[in-house]
Amino acid sequence: MLKLPVYLDNNATTPMDPRVLEAMLPYFTTHFGNAASRNHPFGWEAEEAVDLAREQVAKLIGADPKEIIFTSGATEADNLAIKGVFEMYATKGNHIITATTEHKAVLDTCRHIEKLGGEVTYLEVNAEGLINLKELEAAIKPTTILIAIMYANNEIGTIQPVREISAIAKKHGVLFFSDAVQAVGKVPVDVNKDGIDLMAFTAHKMYGPKGVGALYVRRKNPRVKVTAQIDGGGHERAMRSGTLNVPGIVGFGKACELCMQEMESDTKRISRMRDKLETELLKLEEAYVNGSKEHRLPHVTNISFKYVEGEGLMMGFNKNIALSSGSACTSASLEPSYVLKALGLGDDLAHSSLRFGLGRFTDEEQIDYTIEQVSNTVLKLREMSPLWEMWKEGIDLDKIEWAAH
Amino acid sequence: MAYSDKVIDHYQNPKNVGTLDKSQKNVGTGLVGAPECGDVMRLQIQVDEATGMITDAKFKTFGCGSAIASSSLATEWLKGKSIDDALKIDNMDIVEELNLPPVKIHCSVLAEDAIKSAINDYRAKNGMEQIKFEESVVH
Repeated sequence: MLKLPVYLDNNATTPMDPRVLEAMLPYFTTHFGNAASRNHPFGWEAEEAVDLAREQVAKLIGADPKEIIFTSGATEADNLAIKGVFEMYATKGNHIITATTEHKAVLDTCRHIEKLGGEVTYLEVNAEGLINLKELEAAIKPTTILIAIMYANNEIGTIQPVREISAIAKKHGVLFFSDAVQAVGKVPVDVNKDGIDLMAFTAHKMYGPKGVGALYVRRKNPRVKVTAQIDGGGHERAMRSGTLNVPGIVGFGKACELCMQEMESDTKRISRMRDKLETELLKLEEAYVNGSKEHRLPHVTNISFKYVEGEGLMMGFNKNIALSSGSACTSASLEPSYVLKALGLGDDLAHSSLRFGLGRFTDEEQIDYTIEQVSNTVLKLREMSPLWEMWKEGIDLDKIEWAAH
Repeated sequence: MAYSDKVIDHYQNPKNVGTLDKSQKNVGTGLVGAPECGDVMRLQIQVDEATGMITDAKFKTFGCGSAIASSSLATEWLKGKSIDDALKIDNMDIVEELNLPPVKIHCSVLAEDAIKSAINDYRAKNGMEQIKFEESVVH
């Protein structure tokens, strides 16, 4: 039976796995203790639960449990990594290298660093969304303290050459931080093999609860330190004070354990459905995949359907199918996606894009339904589109002088 | 952001989608907006030259649901109106009728621009002077 509505916005957030919820529940009620209470069983229980979760989280990324700093989410972890390194390594330098397609949590934090007198280089990406390693290396100077490049992009799923980046960072004695929110739990991430010094990730993108994330901070080769951005009781090795969110952390741990066990089978199933969805939708005329098809997360495809506008397109089925668009109309700013623009896409193609993010609970029938609904709506709206008509008549739309507004 | 029932209805059952023969002297065409901005409207009117009445109106729109609804509604309103009355259609009438939220007001402005542009095209074709309109405020 077809289960409606279809949720294909798993890059925004994932539903929580029922097994995660089950693990969390006792920590709201009977085991409600503060993990920092050292003198009674309530505190001990909470501390044990956090210790276990820390191990589960660390194991998923090949880290040592002591290297996990729990935070309120990835945005906080991004802030802690960048601002924390900037402060801690101020005597060494003030230059950070990042890329234009990073998440706003990284870009806006970098803007803040610039206001504080830091210097930031924003690397461009190619049409596939990949940075150029030569440009990265050329951008390094004696004052460079950090390279901040995401593992995989949230809009197009493009996976950056993380190992090559870390090799360059190591060669020049620069720290490498990666926002790996979209990658952890979806593809194998190993901080040692990948050579990552700091890494941000979060529970709610991997079937865990919202409100909890982590910053991985390397302890050996090199030993990395960050200046705390939230001061207080000295929790989390004094890098992040604040009473631990025990139920959230327990859920995060469980979610990591499940991803560890099921990633391989999930990926196989999900990528097959993604490929089917993509293949079928590309049968429509003038439909294009955005970003790299080769270096890409297994559950994402971002497609532009030329001559129809993304929000108008979604309206055709958004009662039953949840997706995102790079169209300006879906944002408050009225600017289309900066990520798609960074790939060199014209604004018109950015306006025409849809992002499909599949997940653990997506099934084949839902994909078939999505293919049918999206295809029908594209065809219907093209019949209504003056641009489609003009293109069909062979008119070069680039040569028309549009009334700018 | 939820859409109003009227916007949804126009989106699902758009009125007067289509193309009039723009080579005809009694057909006026307005093409406004730009692909980079995410909305382009083409609105056409067919005028009875003897009476000055609009006998038919058609549109095609590239844009969001509100843009489609605004142009669909505009064609409904235009049919049966004289050119003079058509010029009185104000974008705020469209906003009110469709319950457009503030971020979608530009869709109604575009529809009003499309009407004026179609009328001017008709006038130009028939040797009449262009009407000068004030610049639209929103966008």
